[in-house]
Amino acid sequence: MRLSRAARGILGGLTVLVLAGIYLPLFVVFVNSFSTSTSLSWPPPGFTLEWWAKAFRSEGALDALVTSVQIASVSTLIALVLGTLISLALQRYSFFGREAVSLLVILPIALPGIITGIALNNAFRTILGVQLSIYTVIVAHATFCIVTVFNNVIARLRRLGTSIEDASADLGAGLWTTFRLITFPQLRSALFAGGLLAFALSFDEIIVTTFTAGAGVKTLPLWILDNLFRPNQAPVVNVIAVVLVIVSIIPIYIAQRIAGAEKIVR
Amino acid sequence: MTVDATAPPGKRMTVPPPRDTLGRRGSVFLSRHRRLRLTLLLSAPLFWLGLIYIVALVALLITSLWTVDTFTGQISQTWTLENIITVLTGSLYQTVTVRTVGVALLVTIVDIVIALPIAFYMAKVASPRMQRILVIAVLMPLWASYLVKAYAWRSVLSQEGILNWLLAPFGGESPGYGLPATIITLSYLWLPYVILPIYAGLERVPDSLLEASSDLGGKTVSTLRLVVLPIIWPAIIAGSIFSFSLSLGDYITVNIVGGANQLLGNLVYTNVGAANNLPLAAAIALIPIVIIFGYLATVRRTGALENL
Repeated sequence: MRLSRAARGILGGLTVLVLAGIYLPLFVVFVNSFSTSTSLSWPPPGFTLEWWAKAFRSEGALDALVTSVQIASVSTLIALVLGTLISLALQRYSFFGREAVSLLVILPIALPGIITGIALNNAFRTILGVQLSIYTVIVAHATFCIVTVFNNVIARLRRLGTSIEDASADLGAGLWTTFRLITFPQLRSALFAGGLLAFALSFDEIIVTTFTAGAGVKTLPLWILDNLFRPNQAPVVNVIAVVLVIVSIIPIYIAQRIAGAEKIVR
Repeated sequence: MTVDATAPPGKRMTVPPPRDTLGRRGSVFLSRHRRLRLTLLLSAPLFWLGLIYIVALVALLITSLWTVDTFTGQISQTWTLENIITVLTGSLYQTVTVRTVGVALLVTIVDIVIALPIAFYMAKVASPRMQRILVIAVLMPLWASYLVKAYAWRSVLSQEGILNWLLAPFGGESPGYGLPATIITLSYLWLPYVILPIYAGLERVPDSLLEASSDLGGKTVSTLRLVVLPIIWPAIIAGSIFSFSLSLGDYITVNIVGGANQLLGNLVYTNVGAANNLPLAAAIALIPIVIIFGYLATVRRTGALENL
């Protein structure tokens, strides 16, 4: 199939159109973060830096940011360990109930967040008798983050095969040595990509968090939800969103560089 | 591997046997016992997912068979099908279920229709450099907070919003808040989750296959339909699982841009919170659970679950 010039043109045009649609709301957020209107009316009536100054002095927002980063880091770490273990088991072994296990990994993300949320809330409080806290949020987040790590790692394992590991074993390396020197280095970039997605997923999660967070725990999305409808806080929320999008370029760029470098090596 | 040049010819290098440490013995023991290795790998994740998630889900389902004492507000553990029957027969629940499934299906269709051309351009037309830029461009909005994006659409669609301002010269106007706004916003939110698997699927279609098809006289449309579509079908289904199930449980977006409309998520939410009726909420939650399980069972054969 060779695409005609016209077909390429149409596809390119559609791509530009979709991207414009994707970035229009983000553009509105960006402009509104400088707008003097607190009700976000368009076109903006005037220019101000007030919200940017307020955002960087807002203790609530900064505390919430720290809480979110803590939760996302720990849940990502747990997800990395559990996701790697489960993908090694599913890819390298065949056993009874293998399909059920792979469904089990997907389930926390496939079922709507509100179901996961109330199920875990109910389990923590009535079955386990645990007080909701930051730890219950971490447990909940790690549960649905496992799948992103699992997907990335199992896709990599499928491509790798076991010949290099077998060679390592033939040359006398023990299981741990083979994992440390052979398997892990080959999985590194897949772990990075999966971990990045897990971090993003946890960082932005609101529904499960609502149901599993203890009284004093305020993640960034929870803080945003509290402040979104307060007239003088909405522009501050816009500032935070703009900062997040800009900061997010760095990890995405690194992930892309790693993936790109590997493509060339292959 | 290079031969050690310092070793005199004719004399073999001898490798000393590995030292017999405790770790070594453990390693040898493990490599002889495949089952044990598998058990060790699986026990931690299964313990986590099984004990935390499955137990919680089953407990929730059991709760739906209990009832709430109207005086104390406490859950009383008397077995009854009352909640399930209410949910199955109540006209409110039927209407909202149909509305929610309709919204979720429309969001999924809109997302697939938008994702296909851009994913095709990214995978098959764009230069490698452009490809990388486009992937970043699609991924970046994923990091702007979900709430901020939903709220941005509230501002875009509002009376004084940019959409009215853009459309006014052409005599058009913003759809305002309601179900169309909900569908637009949800499609927007889940679009990257649909584009990425379809793009990955298209990248795996070898160019040679497309050329072979055209060499054999296949027109563009028939090549797309008979060669490309069957290959990327699992990827499309994988993307649809995201948009469908994420829409099915949403209650925040519809609160922000949906006007007075309610989806299943809202009903669950009000019953857990304001109404303090967890058993009824659990019974309502059964609806999306059944729908999702049905959906997963139907698409399992396409191999989509391995493309998530």
